[in-house]
Amino acid sequence: MSEDVAALSERILAAAANGRALCIRGAGSKDFYGGPLQGEPLDTIGLRGIVDYEPTELVVTARAGTPLAELEAALAERGQVLPFEPPRFGGGTLGGAVAAGLSGPRRPYAGAARDFVLGLRLLDGQGRHLRFGGQVIKNVAGFDVSRLLTGSLGTLGLLTEVTLKTLPRPPAETSLRFELDEATALRRMNEWAARPLPLSASSYHDGALRLRLSGAEAAVREACGKLGGVAFSGGDYWDGLRDQHDAFFKSAATLWRVSLPQTAPPLRGDAPQLIEWGGALRWLAGSQDAVALRRQAAELGGHATLFRGADKSAGVFQPLPAALAQLHRRIKAVLDPAGIFNRGRLYPEF
Amino acid sequence: MSATAMNAAPSASAAALLPRLRAALPGEALLTEAEDLHPYECDGLSVYRGVPLAVALPATAEAAAQVLRLCREAGVPVIARGAGTGLSGGATPRAGTVVLSLARLNRILEIDPLARVARVQPGVRNLAISEAAAPLGLYYAPDPSSQIACTIGGNVAENSGGVHCLKYGLTVHNLLRLKVATIDGEIIELGAEALDAPGYDLLALFTGSEGLLGVVVEATVRLIPKPECARVVLAAFDDLGKAGQAVADIIGAGIIPAGLELMDQPAIAAVEPFVHAGYPLDAAAILLCESDGTPEEVAEEIVRMEAVMSAAGATDCRVSRDEAERLRFWAGRKAAFPAVGRISPDYYCMDGSIPKKCLAAVLEAIRGMERKYGLRCANVFHAGDGNLHPLILFDANKPDELHRTEAFGGEILELCVRHGGSITGEHGVGIEKIDQMCVQFGSEELEVFHALKHAFDPEGLLNPGKAVPTLHRCAEFGRMKVHGGQLPHPELPRF
Ligand SMILES: Cc1cc2nc3c(=O)[nH]c(=O)nc-3n(C[C@H](O)[C@H](O)[C@H](O)COP(=O)(O)OP(=O)(O)OC[C@H]3O[C@@H](n4cnc5c(N)ncnc54)[C@H](O)[C@@H]3O)c2cc1C
Repeated sequence: MSEDVAALSERILAAAANGRALCIRGAGSKDFYGGPLQGEPLDTIGLRGIVDYEPTELVVTARAGTPLAELEAALAERGQVLPFEPPRFGGGTLGGAVAAGLSGPRRPYAGAARDFVLGLRLLDGQGRHLRFGGQVIKNVAGFDVSRLLTGSLGTLGLLTEVTLKTLPRPPAETSLRFELDEATALRRMNEWAARPLPLSASSYHDGALRLRLSGAEAAVREACGKLGGVAFSGGDYWDGLRDQHDAFFKSAATLWRVSLPQTAPPLRGDAPQLIEWGGALRWLAGSQDAVALRRQAAELGGHATLFRGADKSAGVFQPLPAALAQLHRRIKAVLDPAGIFNRGRLYPEF
Repeated sequence: MSATAMNAAPSASAAALLPRLRAALPGEALLTEAEDLHPYECDGLSVYRGVPLAVALPATAEAAAQVLRLCREAGVPVIARGAGTGLSGGATPRAGTVVLSLARLNRILEIDPLARVARVQPGVRNLAISEAAAPLGLYYAPDPSSQIACTIGGNVAENSGGVHCLKYGLTVHNLLRLKVATIDGEIIELGAEALDAPGYDLLALFTGSEGLLGVVVEATVRLIPKPECARVVLAAFDDLGKAGQAVADIIGAGIIPAGLELMDQPAIAAVEPFVHAGYPLDAAAILLCESDGTPEEVAEEIVRMEAVMSAAGATDCRVSRDEAERLRFWAGRKAAFPAVGRISPDYYCMDGSIPKKCLAAVLEAIRGMERKYGLRCANVFHAGDGNLHPLILFDANKPDELHRTEAFGGEILELCVRHGGSITGEHGVGIEKIDQMCVQFGSEELEVFHALKHAFDPEGLLNPGKAVPTLHRCAEFGRMKVHGGQLPHPELPRF
């Protein structure tokens, strides 16, 4: 264990001995996300730097406190990207991105954060420095604990190092805009996704369907010819969705994230809405009747998260069926037996 | 692992189980006669064998769950089984266990062309999904070479890969939702038809869990559009190292081929007379590098691929001119295992993975091991993602050859770990690589694996003795990974 990791491990051991809660934190860019923060802050920000980057392996390993901006700049120098486009929310570290498990506009077309996590190291609730997964793309030895940790919101351990798969930056990119009603836009997004087109993002808001196409020069050019629409320069627009600094997100003090099958029909109600991910993600601005929204989401095969909001009394995440809730409690006990990490951040009961 | 360790005597409660299983299942769905049990003695790795107490062949998800419930009540271990094509002994039973075959759960329940998903039972064959989706212009991307036979349930359990996984991902990347029967006989849902589900990513944890956490009774998989066109470059090299370098150069140039496979000289020599794929017999290695997409996109990419490979020292590059030629170039690769089976009485397929930059060094080291163990080895593998498949040729009838083969294979896997790789890229640990798990993981990580299994299966009845070694076993194997100079569990006896 390096000195800084050993120091963190000692603090974890001390907290575990006294049953004191710890609040794991990177840059704090996602403090708003999940249940209210509890416990003594435990910073990862000192764990900084790229450990190993081999562009020809499509693999990068960095310490958890490395700012996403630093990591992405290093990849950009070699013409590569993090294909899941993790939201940066104005800052953000690698560890926070993986712990939150959030993905940006390219998610339905390239994969989610968890799809690109190859391995990681963590300090568990007993202060043990563990290593799961690895530095290679193909690895099925042992249970996939790295992906289990992705999106676990720090409730299972403190990430110290993460290995991700990278991809080359697509050489060409174009964005298109279409004026359509919601139902037609949802159908089109799905129909187009069933054709071999180089889609890399999609959104629907205020009567406009927007698409991003990324890939080989020829493929993008041909696709534009087939799809029609009006071309626009999309860079800032898609960044605005990714980091939620777009006007829609900025004006939403309370924001619900509804995750649905891509073909789910339009949601009932008249809340301002922005659709992403080919129909699989529907953002609703303003307070909602949590119970009714969650019931509707469940009936459609999805779930609803209170993504941002001052009043979180409705619970942030959709409650789990009993059998799954029991598995969650048991898994939590495996890695954090004293229940000290990020109490209440994911579910109120742990 | 020795065969005797796998054949412990059945417990008394096991005898009481049979009448209860018989009552729960229709007559033909429970096999107990020796001749009926015979086909279930092993999987694709036939050197390990065991005769189970019974084989249950339920025809519904509920009946499968009921079998699990009854086995749990009787305290009898259960081994899930798909097509039995696994190459690590994962589906191999022990005496006194029940094999739960999912082979009769073989219906495609639904294909939704707009949502691009297929909902299938676990015993559906991998290729059957793509065949059913083909009229819609869609397919299921992960394509293990065994795809005509292996089941989706087995693919999930092993997180199987295939030739196209470099670009299109492994099983875990192409699953949306599983219905899983727990050892309690309850059916739970992991994942969702949405792109994520609340809580921990149990779908990912379950994928690749080798039947240790639960039994897949239904899977919803993603279908993707068939590319308009695909072409493959067949490149020859007079030196294995140059071929390895070409692999790194292709990726370094920002190209993600749809497939990137390498075959060495012994593999070419085994395949060509059998398949007549048109491989150059004088090459030290060939690369098959595929591009897919729109015709224009493919034309552009093929030119770049050829340029990179020529610069890396390819002595010859041939591009498939039509679909027939493309399939012919691939036919040799796809038939490589059976072809090797023709030139040697037996062969043993290994499955380590390494960073691509170590390809040349590792292949060189394997050549050295051939001399050390006095056995030949052919290499055909997923070069683009660094997943080796050394095929060790041996004759099981010659005393000592199997033993030397196992030692040879074990040394290759340990070499992969030393180079920062893994003991298994896609075939799973099963029984076969259980000792090498002690090399790849420390005792603390192994403890976490056991504790996670315990969370799903507190009595350890699901496929016990596979995939995760006990710490005691690692101590016996003498390869316990040591953390910070401290020998873990000094209280355990060492031999
Ligand atoms: C010639 C040949 C080529 C191969 N090529 C490849 C390849 O390219 N890539 C690759 O990844 N693999 C390959 N394999 C290995 C093998 O085909 C895969 O591991 C496959 O996924 C196994 O599927 P199966 O249905 O035969 O499973 P089985 O062998 O029956 O079982 C495999 C494991 O899965 C468990 N299991 C089976 N069904 C279920 C279920 N419903 N729920 C829970 N657990 C279950 C079993 O207990 C066992 O541990 C190859 C094998 C052969 C013989």
